[in-house]
Amino acid sequence: MAILDVQHIEKSFGATKVLKDINFSLEAGQVLAIIGSSGSGKTTLLRCLNFLETPDKGSITVGGEVLFDAGDPATQRESEIRRKRLHFGLVFQSFNLFPQYTALENVTLARELMAKGEKTGERLEDIRREGEALLAQMGLQDRMGNYPHQLSGGQQQRVAIARALAMKPDILCFDEPTSALDPELTGEVLKVIRGLAEQHTTMIIVTHEMGFARDVADQVLFMDGGLVVEEGSPEEVFGNPQQARTKQFLEKYKGD
Amino acid sequence: MFWTVTQSLLSGLGAATQLFALTLLFGLPLGLVIAFGSMSKWTPFRFLLQPKKGKKSEEPGQAAAERDLSDNLALTEEESGLADKREPSKFVKALASFRPVHALTDIVVWVVRGTPLMLQLMIIYYGPGLWFDNNIWGGDGRMTASVVAFVINYACYFSVIYRGGIQGVPVGQREAAQVLGFTRRQIFFKITLLQMIKRIVPPMSNEIITLVKDTSLARIIAVTELIKAGESFMKSSGIIWPLFYTGVFYLIFVGILTILFNFIERKLSYFR
Repeated sequence: MAILDVQHIEKSFGATKVLKDINFSLEAGQVLAIIGSSGSGKTTLLRCLNFLETPDKGSITVGGEVLFDAGDPATQRESEIRRKRLHFGLVFQSFNLFPQYTALENVTLARELMAKGEKTGERLEDIRREGEALLAQMGLQDRMGNYPHQLSGGQQQRVAIARALAMKPDILCFDEPTSALDPELTGEVLKVIRGLAEQHTTMIIVTHEMGFARDVADQVLFMDGGLVVEEGSPEEVFGNPQQARTKQFLEKYKGD
Repeated sequence: MFWTVTQSLLSGLGAATQLFALTLLFGLPLGLVIAFGSMSKWTPFRFLLQPKKGKKSEEPGQAAAERDLSDNLALTEEESGLADKREPSKFVKALASFRPVHALTDIVVWVVRGTPLMLQLMIIYYGPGLWFDNNIWGGDGRMTASVVAFVINYACYFSVIYRGGIQGVPVGQREAAQVLGFTRRQIFFKITLLQMIKRIVPPMSNEIITLVKDTSLARIIAVTELIKAGESFMKSSGIIWPLFYTGVFYLIFVGILTILFNFIERKLSYFR
């Protein structure tokens, strides 16, 4: 069974309809790449999954549990949204690390607060050790005590990835994770994401890196004007696009 | 003579310091409360714009309020003839987006910042006695009345500084914390607060230095603060140097504060 099932998601801001009937599902351990031009609704879709926006219509199901159903107010209780969010992790385009905390504290803070607040019984040393291991996995073992402003953009984004992984989300979402980085730094972040894909981390990646999407994704969605225009394996979407709009979009990235 | 003047000015300094410290003690937290008030997004009439659905899950109170309102709007309904599909009137739209707490605090801040502190001091001290024939401040309540006036006045100025500081923290900080499962309280205390403090140190230092010198306004209700103490020698002995001497007191007071603010700024410079 699919770990994520998204049905008929619609979202408007005022009179602008940003998402019009989005449907897709994702198997556990697979990587979904979402491509499309700016303003096509990709980011809004990720924000809906992470409960940063509330869809006007549709439902989101993770692992059989209906997390959100626009028709059922019982699924929209403020008190439960916090727990439901933790099914998803989100890595932002602009990193959004907490500047007053070190790299390691950024990774461990949420878990520590949860251990203290909800009495999960987790020991702080264990959380710390896990955070250190995650940062080491990101190649940042020498940077744990640094503050975000002392790190390069690529390092900051890798800390952000470790921070999201620390919460052990079912599905890790990336919102154009390399758009704020220069090409050199882009490479180190993509390498880390590729590593996660090899470990079969379930991921949704919104990206403009077509070559990367083609390599790493198991499934590709092409969005345009708030709709999923084309959907399929990377070979299908990139190699043999069926829709005129997809062809037109991919033309621009030729040689990428 | 020098010793007499020094003693008198020191007691004036005591009054000024007391007023200064109490104003900060109560004004700083009150300012934060007012800041939250002015940022309040509470729209109690918002339900007016929500389309009525088939589901009967609305709370009874809300449904009743809705009915009350449709009575008031009976005319519009009859005109359109389509009670459920009508476009909400401008009045309903405005009411639905009305934020009462925000509006109230903004009016209070406007009045308090828009009138002189000296006037507020006089009204707060003399008002109760003249209106109700009951001087709630008692015989020796000049300092209490001054503290009340200063706290209200300065809290309003502080609130605007706080609001700027809070709104200056990028939205992404809150969103990142939300996604990680922080509660609202944790977001404020663990993420926003320190970033806000860092942002507000320079404007706050301005305001607090102004407060040091504004304590002299309390003389209008006969609190013997520094300047009143110094001036008394001019009147009684015809000498002016005690006034310069009060200036030295202010300079030292503000000098110490400046060192303190620089220290805080340095302490917070470990992050950006």
